Amino acid sequence: MDWNFISEYVPMYIQAAWTTLSLAFWGILLSLFIGLFCSLTLYFKVPVLKRVTAAYVELSRNTPLLVQLFFLYFGLPKIGIVISSQSCAIIGLAFLGGSYMSEALRSGLESVEKGQVEAALSVGLNQGQIVRYVILPQAVSVSVPPLCANIIFLIKETSVFSVVALADLMYVAKDLIGLYYKTDEALLLLVLSYLAILLPISIAASVLERRVRYAGFGN
Amino acid sequence: MSKTDYLLEIKNLEKSFEGGTKVLKDFSFSVQTGEVVVILGPSGCGKSTLLRCINGLEPIQAGTILLDGQSITDGKTKWSQIRQKIGMVFQSYDLFPHMTVFENILLGPLKVQGRTREEAGIAGEKLLERVGLLEKKDAYPRQLSGGQKQRVAIVRALMMEPEIMLFDEVTAALDPEMVREVLDVILELARGGMTMLIVTHEMQFARAIADRILFLDEGQIVESAAPEDFFGHPETERAQRFLNIFQFEK
Ligand SMILES: Nc1ncnc2c1ncn2[C@@H]1O[C@H](COP(=O)(O)OP(=O)(O)OP(=O)(O)O)[C@@H](O)[C@H]1O
Ligand SMILES: [Mg+2]
Repeated sequence: MDWNFISEYVPMYIQAAWTTLSLAFWGILLSLFIGLFCSLTLYFKVPVLKRVTAAYVELSRNTPLLVQLFFLYFGLPKIGIVISSQSCAIIGLAFLGGSYMSEALRSGLESVEKGQVEAALSVGLNQGQIVRYVILPQAVSVSVPPLCANIIFLIKETSVFSVVALADLMYVAKDLIGLYYKTDEALLLLVLSYLAILLPISIAASVLERRVRYAGFGN
Repeated sequence: MSKTDYLLEIKNLEKSFEGGTKVLKDFSFSVQTGEVVVILGPSGCGKSTLLRCINGLEPIQAGTILLDGQSITDGKTKWSQIRQKIGMVFQSYDLFPHMTVFENILLGPLKVQGRTREEAGIAGEKLLERVGLLEKKDAYPRQLSGGQKQRVAIVRALMMEPEIMLFDEVTAALDPEMVREVLDVILELARGGMTMLIVTHEMQFARAIADRILFLDEGQIVESAAPEDFFGHPETERAQRFLNIFQFEK
């Protein structure tokens, strides 16, 4: 093991980790919004929209992120749409994540009892208020475990970002291996970097899951 | 009697579910201000459906419902406004589990009526006091007994200052020892002059609280009578049969 090499390239990995994290952050945030929108259209069975959403969910869940990125990065320019690597990564992740977030939220929405809506209607709340004050708070707390699992899943999926020429962790590791043949060192740093990102998030997720479970309001 | 003496008027109401048979058939009746009407009838005869139609939770196929002489079924109905005048309490309480008792009862006044937290809070504490639950103000529904939950649900409806209250078998899910505490709250409302439509299987209670009994069968009114008359000498054979279910002899 070449420790000098390792210490020399740690800053590069840190840099790449930031790239990975910030792209993941925006992609996941966007996927949460897409998921929320989709889950609500499915839950309220909005005419037309619910079909579009259902088709999107199938498309998104049944194509690999790698293929989605290829399409965005190499396919779209052929019809004159050129998107930066960063945007491709974020859009790709959001496209993939949206359907997973939608399913996670939908399971939460469906766990809210029908009587809740009627009770809320009976005190005069309108649809929007019912979603905001009654349905969503209950649905989200039920959805916390699958939402957390999705976040971790999506961060792991970022490892294919290098195909659109982004200097993320995978890219740096492959680069170093190609240049210097320091395979062991490069891979060790790669594993440690992903652990450094994912472990704290995993721990935070399980703490959060335990908290919502204890707060579990059921009967 | 002039038209406006009736708080609630139902005229020729028809209600059926998709593909199903008619649940309410040419249904008409009126409730005066301050009147307590108890609705009795065998399971499936349409009692819950009737209350749900009045509150707009079920669409109707024909007929009119007037509240304060104003139609609430002419398609222009602003249900959010109408429902503030109609308090409804369900068998299953349906308190909001993620909110404390106090938040449960303040949600409507704050978000729908735009009242201030101070004013509505004072009103809420008064009502909780009246039903003996002031000390449970900051509890969550899961920390309450069934009877306590149902009393909170009644307060939640009363907070909107409704003109009429609808009760749908509000004690049916309760353990026997908790039934009384809920019925007492409703009795007190009756003494206070609240107009009420009550669906119940508690015959003693029905007899004590009702100004009028409405006996339904298969979506129609079979008898409409004062409680003494209905329980003393029911006119129809169907009502007699229904009342016999509640008689025990050794
Ligand atoms: N959502 C629905 N879809 C189809 N049919 C329904 C629906 N709700 C009620 N019904 C039918 O309408 C009829 C009247 O039901 P309703 O619940 O009003 O009866 P009920 O008098 O309240 O009975 P119970 O004493 O059992 O509560 C029943 O035959 C029932 O099966
Ligand atoms: Mg019923």
